[in-house]
Formats: sequence, C-alpha cells, structure tokens
Amino acid sequence: MSYVLIVGAKSDIAMATARKYAENGYDLYLAARNSKTLDVCAQDIRLRHQVKVQCLELDIIDYSSHQKFYDALTEKPLGVISAVGYLGDQNKGQTDWHEANMILNSNYTGIVSLFNIIANDFSERRQGFIVGISSVAGDRGRKSNYLYGAAKAAFTTYMSGLRNRLYEHKVHVLTVKPGFVETQMTKGMDLPALLTVKPNIVASAIYNGQLKGKDIIYSKGLWQWIMLVIKAIPEWKFKKMSLG
Amino acid sequence: MSLGSWGNYTKPVCNEHEFLDEMALAKLNDQYNVLIPYGNGRSYGDSALAPDVAIVKSHNHFLDFDPDTGILHVQSGVILADIIDTVVPQGWFLKVTPGTKLITIGGAIASDVHGKNHHLEGAFSETIINMRLMLPSGEIVNCSKHENVDIYRATCGGMGLTGIILDAKLSLKKIPSSYIKQTTVKADNLKELFDAFEQYKSSSYSVAWVDCLANKENLGRGKVMIGEFTAGRGLSIIPKVKLSVPFMFPRFILNKYTVNTFNWLYSARVKEGTSQQIVDINSFFYPLDSINHWNKIYGRQGFIQYQFILPKKQSYEGMKDILKVIANSGKASFLAVLKLYGKENDNYLSFPMEGYSLALDFKMEDGLLELLNSLDEKVLKYEGRIYLAKDARVSKRVFESGYPKLEEFRAVRKKYNMDKKYHSYQSMRIGN
Repeated sequence: MSYVLIVGAKSDIAMATARKYAENGYDLYLAARNSKTLDVCAQDIRLRHQVKVQCLELDIIDYSSHQKFYDALTEKPLGVISAVGYLGDQNKGQTDWHEANMILNSNYTGIVSLFNIIANDFSERRQGFIVGISSVAGDRGRKSNYLYGAAKAAFTTYMSGLRNRLYEHKVHVLTVKPGFVETQMTKGMDLPALLTVKPNIVASAIYNGQLKGKDIIYSKGLWQWIMLVIKAIPEWKFKKMSLG
Repeated sequence: MSLGSWGNYTKPVCNEHEFLDEMALAKLNDQYNVLIPYGNGRSYGDSALAPDVAIVKSHNHFLDFDPDTGILHVQSGVILADIIDTVVPQGWFLKVTPGTKLITIGGAIASDVHGKNHHLEGAFSETIINMRLMLPSGEIVNCSKHENVDIYRATCGGMGLTGIILDAKLSLKKIPSSYIKQTTVKADNLKELFDAFEQYKSSSYSVAWVDCLANKENLGRGKVMIGEFTAGRGLSIIPKVKLSVPFMFPRFILNKYTVNTFNWLYSARVKEGTSQQIVDINSFFYPLDSINHWNKIYGRQGFIQYQFILPKKQSYEGMKDILKVIANSGKASFLAVLKLYGKENDNYLSFPMEGYSLALDFKMEDGLLELLNSLDEKVLKYEGRIYLAKDARVSKRVFESGYPKLEEFRAVRKKYNMDKKYHSYQSMRIGN
C-alpha cells in the first residue's frame, strides 16, 4: 500500500503537494474534473521520481458518483488530501443562487460526501490520514468573500468533528489553513508579500504536518496570530470595517 | 522584482509574459513584435532581455525518458539540475554540460553551450536528436540535423532569435559512477599550460584556471584539471552545503590585492607538479553553483564576463599578447578559465572553433570598457570571436568579423520572418 489520493489535483497547491509526496517515494492517485489535462504533469512526476501516478476522473459535486469512485480504487490509499477550492464570485453569488450554490457545494458539501466514504473505510481499517485544505477566510466572515468563507468555516468544523470521531480509530485528521498563496486562484490580486507564500511552502507544511500528526496548521505561523487578532475584534466594531 | 541577467550590468526595461500552454504561447507570440524567450536568467549580458520577454521557465515538464537507451525528452524550461537529479541515480549524465547546471534546456540550445569535453564531444547541439520550435507565424516545426536543417543550424547558438524552443529530445551518456578521478597539473607559465592540454587531449575532461595577475616569466601561470568518470563508487548525488551571498558587496572589496591573495591561496592548494583527487559531479562540473548569487560579490555595478576564442595556430601567441595587456592593466579578473576546444560545428552562430578560449570576469569600473575594446582588437587580429552568451557590450563590427557564417544566419531569419519578431537588446546592438 503506497498511494496517496489527492483530490482537486489541478490546483497549484495540490500539484505542489503531489510533487512533495512523490519526492518522498509515494505513489499517487490524482483526482479532478477533466483529468485528461493532468496527463503531462502526471508523466513529469513519474519520470522525475520513479513513482506510479494514476489520473482519475472525479466531479466533487456529483455526490452519487463518489462511492463508485472510491470502490474502483483497487489499492486503497494510505491517505487522502483535498485541495478542492472554488473562490467564485461573491457579488454574483449574492443575487445568483446558482453561483452561491456552486461555492457552497464545491468548498463544503462535495468534500463531505467524499470524506464520509473514505473516513468509514479508514476507521474500519484503523489507519490512514485525512488532510483538508480549508482557509483563514473561514475564521471570520467578511463582506468580500463570506460565501466562500462560510463554506470553509463549515468545512473546518466538519474536520474538527471528524478528528474527534476518528481519534480512537487511529486515523489522523489534519486541517490546513494556508493564508495567501501565489496561485492561479489569487493571480492578479494585490497580496502583501510578507504574508504570501509559494505553493511549495504549503506543500512542505502539509507533508511535515501530516508526518508529525499535527491537528491544525497555517502555512505561515504569523497567520495564526493575525487570525487571533481578527477574531478578537468585537462584532459591533468588525461590522463597520472593510478588510478587503 | 525586475528581470535581469547574471552580470547585473545592463538593466533595461522588460515586460515579462508568462504562458500556461502552447495555445497561450501562440497568442503571446502573435501579440508582440520585439520578443525574446527568457530561461533561468543565467546569460551574463542582454541576450535574453528585450522590451517584451516570454518567460519559459514554467514550461518545464519531463515528457519521456528511456533508462535503457538514455534518450530524454523534456520541455525547454527544464533546468539541467533537474535532469541531473533524475538521471544520474539511473546511471546517465548529460553528454555536454556547461559550468553551471542552473540553465534551461532552451538556453543551452540557444547558446549552443559547451563544457570541459568540447575537444572530444563538441557542443550541446551534438546531443540533440530533435526539437520543436514555434515560428513567428505560430506554426510549430520539428528540426534536427535531418529535418528543417536551416532552422536547426540557425537555432543552435542562435540566441533565441529564431523562435521559441518548446521541447527537445536529447541523448545522454552512460556513466559508471557519479565520481570523477581528477588530475591536477600545476603550470608555471603559459607554455606549460598549453603543453599540459596537449598532453592530456585524449582525456575526457580538461580545463585550466589562470592567474591573470602573474607577469613576466610567470605570465599564464595556473593549473590544469583533467577528469575521467571512475567506476565502483555508486551513483548518489551529494547535496552540496549551500552558501549564499546575502547582499551586494561594496565596491572596494574586490581589488587587485584581494584577488592576488585569492589566487595565491588557490594555487598554494596544489602541490608541485601533478596530483590526483576523487571528486563528485557537483564539485567537478559545478563548483560555483554551491554559492547562491555569487554574482553579488561584484556589487551593484555588476560585472562583465569576457570570453573569446582564438584559432589553434594563433592561440599561443594571441593568449600571451592578451594576458600581457590584462596583467599590465592591473584590472583584476577573479576567475580566468582557459580551455582547449575541438572541431567547429556547422551551426551558423556557435561559439566554439578549434583552438583555445579564455573567459574572464571583470567587475564594472572606470576604464573597463576601454580595456575590453582594446582586447576586442587583439581578438580580431588573431582571427578569434566573442561568446554572445557572456556578452553585454560588443560592437556590431567586432561581432560580425568573428562569425563567417553570419550571412546564412541572417538569411534564415529573413526567410521565416524571424527578423520581424525576435530581438533582444543584444541583437539590436549587434545588428542581428
């Protein structure tokens, strides 16, 4: 048993994480929508690291397909990492239910549907790790992205409950809150250099955090303190602020 | 961060354009008319700088590798270090490698780079089976020694002026281990250096370090390093302790006294005569790569690397003449590297010719450009040429005199409309 399953594999953080695990000798299942576009990256990883890489088709909001997807893995993974994320358009989502629904389902319900299935298998086998990439945006709702933030908050809470449930079954559950990362998702945004990291830094943090059995990690320690401050602002004050 | 080159001497304005795939590149290629591809920024001067620059570095996937035949297919943004890390543990190595592994495959082809084995194996283009190139029209062509030969001859050594190299298939060299048996020969003057090169010309690798401040009877003092891969020591790569130059050094640190001291210490490490050592791939081929940003020791004004080659029959007289000028100028070259080259290839702008080349680093200071201009005249007198990958200042006249196949290069540029699309600040200066 040597595979790690990476869900939402097309994202920059997922790809960096895949490379980190391959570098350390793990085989990979890379799951995403239109997985054909992953072929070049998969071949690159195979050649650089001499590991097995399989690209798998997975639509995170096609809930009914998830059981079949997981059953089809002849060799069950050592662990799963979700890098599924859809920032969406907050303004559009305020008037267009389809967009709001897409943000909520991609960032929350879809992953819950898949993780439920995997958690049951891991818990029965009393092994495995489950890593979920959430976001600091879930720590407090802001007008600029609260649909995304709310879905991430729900996901963080789900991960916390899952950790609590699976602790006695020896399954490790890790929540990752990356903060600002230089990716396609944030391209064009004006991010503060001091607080922004490259995807490979997040990947290393995930790999090390998983190895050490951490519960919650931020990719840059500073974020933990920033969010502590942001969470401590009283609501009567926070509602008047504009935090971008 | 603004785009620069390794010498930090020229810093013109460049707009960077990244691309995700070939379709995006085609669009970019169509949009700009003074465009040049940019790899890992290790060429020394302005050859990869232009008003609009296509950033190729993230076009860096391995496409195929056959560990039985040693044939490797990679995209042009892959850097040599990644290839080495992947293939050396499987018993393979680059047939031709320059003195840094921090360059892209695209850059290696565009400069038709060479290494310590040029006298036997030729330049980098000798290792290329074929490559794909995007032309000004957006059309993608295959080229090799057998297909679209004119484009191939213009692209190898063509400094990015023929199109955007997309990927290349190269053949690698089988190695018995990742260690090299190095023989070091100490030479008290230029004559002894040349004799050592001739004596060891059937050895795989050879290069010499020259003390440019030595004068009179010691003119051309230095040491020659000869290398052969050796068997029975395994294929591991030793990760180097990474040192880093954290900031631009102030100008006064490098002067003829400190360089002289360095040279004295360096040569004192070698015992008299001939000695032997076993060294790993990184120490033998890439000694400077273990120091991040070593270019910063030259400070904010930067430095110029000056590399020229002279035909063999004129090499000894010419080198002696040129070393005298440098020694008398008192301008300290921290590194001076002498090398014997083998036969010239058929590419239109490849630098190597059969003869000897000398590479010198000078920190930018008053009087340097004048000194280099006078060296140019000497190079022309001895029928030599200047290496474009290192150059930041050569004149059109001096460049043109050194490259007899230049008209063929320009004809290909014209034929495929490359001259209306691809330019660097260097190409505009030298009229390409």
